[in-house]
Amino acid sequence: MAKPCRNAHGLWLSPATGGWALAAGSLLPALSVLAAEVAAGPAYRAFPWIGSRVAVWIAAEVHLMFAAFVLGVPLFAVIVELGGMLTREARYDRLAKEFSKLVTLATSITAIWGGILLFLLVTLYPRFWNYLAGVFLPTLWVYPLLFLLELISIYLYYYSWDRLPGGAGKWLHVGLGVWLNGVGTALLVLANAWATFMMTPGGLNPATGELVSLWAAVSNYAWMPINIHRLVANVTFGGAIAAAYAAFKFMAARSAEERAHYDWMGYVGMMIAMWSFLGLPFAGYWLMREIYAYDQTMGITMMGGFLSWVWIIQAVVISVLFLGLNYYMWCGLERIAGGERYQPFIKYLLAVLVLGVLVWATPHSLVVTPEEVARMGGTHHKVFGVLGVMSAKMTAVNLMILASAIGFLFYRRANKIATHSRARLLGALQVATFGGAIVFIVYLGIDGYFVPPIVRVEQYSVWQVLAVLAAIVVTAAIDLVLFRHCRFIGPIHWGRMAPRSQYALVLVAVTFTWLMGLMGYVRSASRQHWHVDKILEDTSPDAFSPTLGFAANIVSLCTALFLGLVLLIFWINSLTEARAARPTAGAAAVPPGSAAAD
Amino acid sequence: MRLIRNALVQCLAVLLLALAVLLAVRPPIPASLLTFYLAVIGVGLGVYITATTERMESFWRPLHALLILDRLRPARWGVLLALPVLAAGQTAWSLLPTRQAPATLRVIHPAPPTQIRFEGRSINLREARNPLRAAKASEPRAFAAHVETGRRVYYQNCFQCHGDNLAGDGPFAHAFNPRPANFQDLGTIAQLQESYLFWRIAKGGPGLPPESAPGRSAMPRWEGRLSEEEIWAVILFLYEMTGHPPRTWD
Repeated sequence: MAKPCRNAHGLWLSPATGGWALAAGSLLPALSVLAAEVAAGPAYRAFPWIGSRVAVWIAAEVHLMFAAFVLGVPLFAVIVELGGMLTREARYDRLAKEFSKLVTLATSITAIWGGILLFLLVTLYPRFWNYLAGVFLPTLWVYPLLFLLELISIYLYYYSWDRLPGGAGKWLHVGLGVWLNGVGTALLVLANAWATFMMTPGGLNPATGELVSLWAAVSNYAWMPINIHRLVANVTFGGAIAAAYAAFKFMAARSAEERAHYDWMGYVGMMIAMWSFLGLPFAGYWLMREIYAYDQTMGITMMGGFLSWVWIIQAVVISVLFLGLNYYMWCGLERIAGGERYQPFIKYLLAVLVLGVLVWATPHSLVVTPEEVARMGGTHHKVFGVLGVMSAKMTAVNLMILASAIGFLFYRRANKIATHSRARLLGALQVATFGGAIVFIVYLGIDGYFVPPIVRVEQYSVWQVLAVLAAIVVTAAIDLVLFRHCRFIGPIHWGRMAPRSQYALVLVAVTFTWLMGLMGYVRSASRQHWHVDKILEDTSPDAFSPTLGFAANIVSLCTALFLGLVLLIFWINSLTEARAARPTAGAAAVPPGSAAAD
Repeated sequence: MRLIRNALVQCLAVLLLALAVLLAVRPPIPASLLTFYLAVIGVGLGVYITATTERMESFWRPLHALLILDRLRPARWGVLLALPVLAAGQTAWSLLPTRQAPATLRVIHPAPPTQIRFEGRSINLREARNPLRAAKASEPRAFAAHVETGRRVYYQNCFQCHGDNLAGDGPFAHAFNPRPANFQDLGTIAQLQESYLFWRIAKGGPGLPPESAPGRSAMPRWEGRLSEEEIWAVILFLYEMTGHPPRTWD
């Protein structure tokens, strides 16, 4: 391409993951023929009824949701399997296998949506596709091979489960799981290169738009932050969907054993979702920092411009996740003998979470009437205006994470009494660690108003994050020592869980899916009227930014489509289970009264 | 005592207390924010009530009694009639004609364009740096002279609206809605790169993008009245005077 052609904008999600379908092996010849045709053909074609942009948007989003699930679940399935192998507890092995089964069923749907996305891109946005293929040609050859490996690895991992039950065979199976995750991660980072290139392109000659360095195009500004963000988010997403599956099975269970097993499975899924979720805000800050460094226009468009209110919606939605996850944990105290000792603390943790939500979701640009502006003496409120900037929000989020961690420690020790000779001292150390972290975070939050933004972003936010992580690690380590030889008050009554707690798990899964869709929209919309930012312009009829309401509707539609298909998978799964023998109590299932909490 | 321990009473007390505190804040909180805060507190209370079965039962007990006990029949009728009356009243209230313009979502700091034309020349805002700032380390005297130029420009052209102390409270400020920017506020220039300020000063209110509702800012376009160097100099002055450093990524 001698000169960057004026071109499209409306690709709300990257074509990245479209390569899934290549795995089928049938699309490569079709692609080369189409690619040859596009040079002389039209830049765009129209899709009936909903338009090209919305068609690609839906296909990309639903495909991405499935891809996240398929890549995320094996990451923790193999860890659970390894845990089962090391502890010699069959229930972990059964759980890991059940997680993996969901993946095998979802893989084919992922590929189908990838195929739909790819065909839509090639046929509706031929010039854009031609340009992207020109920049990333070698990766388009590697990608289908990787996918083929991924597909083989997934099926091999699942179907070899019972053939490699123990000893060296089990190690081989775990190794296969690690290999599967390696291939999956390679797929992820490759696809991310295409997506992030559209947003923060690199490796191009600024005058001509021609490719200078493929590696620079791959390792653009947003690539590594997105890699980390998506990798962690996939685990969270996988955990949340697996927990929703368990909730679904729990509520449909007909025996105490079944209820106990799926209660425990939901708990494990939720724990995976929660702990990985706590890392997501940090990855998000890094991504935004890179976007600002790439171009302040894009950063301000996202955080202060027409997309700024999406971040308020995001804050509310993530707050629902925080509340949902903590709520589930608090409800869980009821099934633990001795849990009532920690119930009085719920109100304090809840107060921190609610105050955190209030701060986090306070907008910088208020919705105000002219009279309200006059009464306030400006567009910013003198008291609450200070909550609209980063320092306050960082502090709020970090305190919310700490509150969740404290809640987990309460949950963990609910049925235990420490018998350690220095229990008081260790307990005081835990309190001092949390207290110190809170004081440090609040101090940085206040001082953050008075330092240069670069200090706030590059130092204070990092220190706050490190303080949270250090507090969590130190207190967890102390907890392990403190309760190593503890006395148990009573068992955990798996299966004795209020149904409302299971709805919380479903709520978390739905909310997380919707959040993924919303953030995908923000990331793509930040390019505004560009397919590839400042390189390849959108000249299609869809080259305008839709209203936030319209975007929210499309995101909701994608969420409903994805969850509908997930329900279909659950149902198909239940058909196969109906024919299989029920697990015998005690062997593989969790005993309804078990002391193990983790 | 028993009454205070009831979850329903506790929730109502917290909600009323929160409402009282929020209404007592001066200047008054915008209605949109007040509604949002109350909604979040309401959700929090919902979580609090249902987190334990005992509390949930405590919450429902008086409501259950209200709905079934014969001795509470007058109160039941009172509540069942009051609810639709309150809903109708609220609906009627919201439908009353008002002289007030509807609430708007005005973007205070809109995204700048990547490139602007200034006196016939293209300036790339993504890459533009304040050319006078480099003197701060190497030539302190020259830097002080630039700040002085900025001071002169400011007090000749800007202070009438933005104020003596850059707090957005100049003698003309009260005539404008929205009010001129308060540079001392941590939410304004402290959050922005210098090239952003160049764009806003050069292009003024007429240069605002649609999401910032052009015409609602009285800021004039200074291109043609101030030279490029004068604009960079006044930007230096704003940051030096307020003590805020500009946003940078270096």
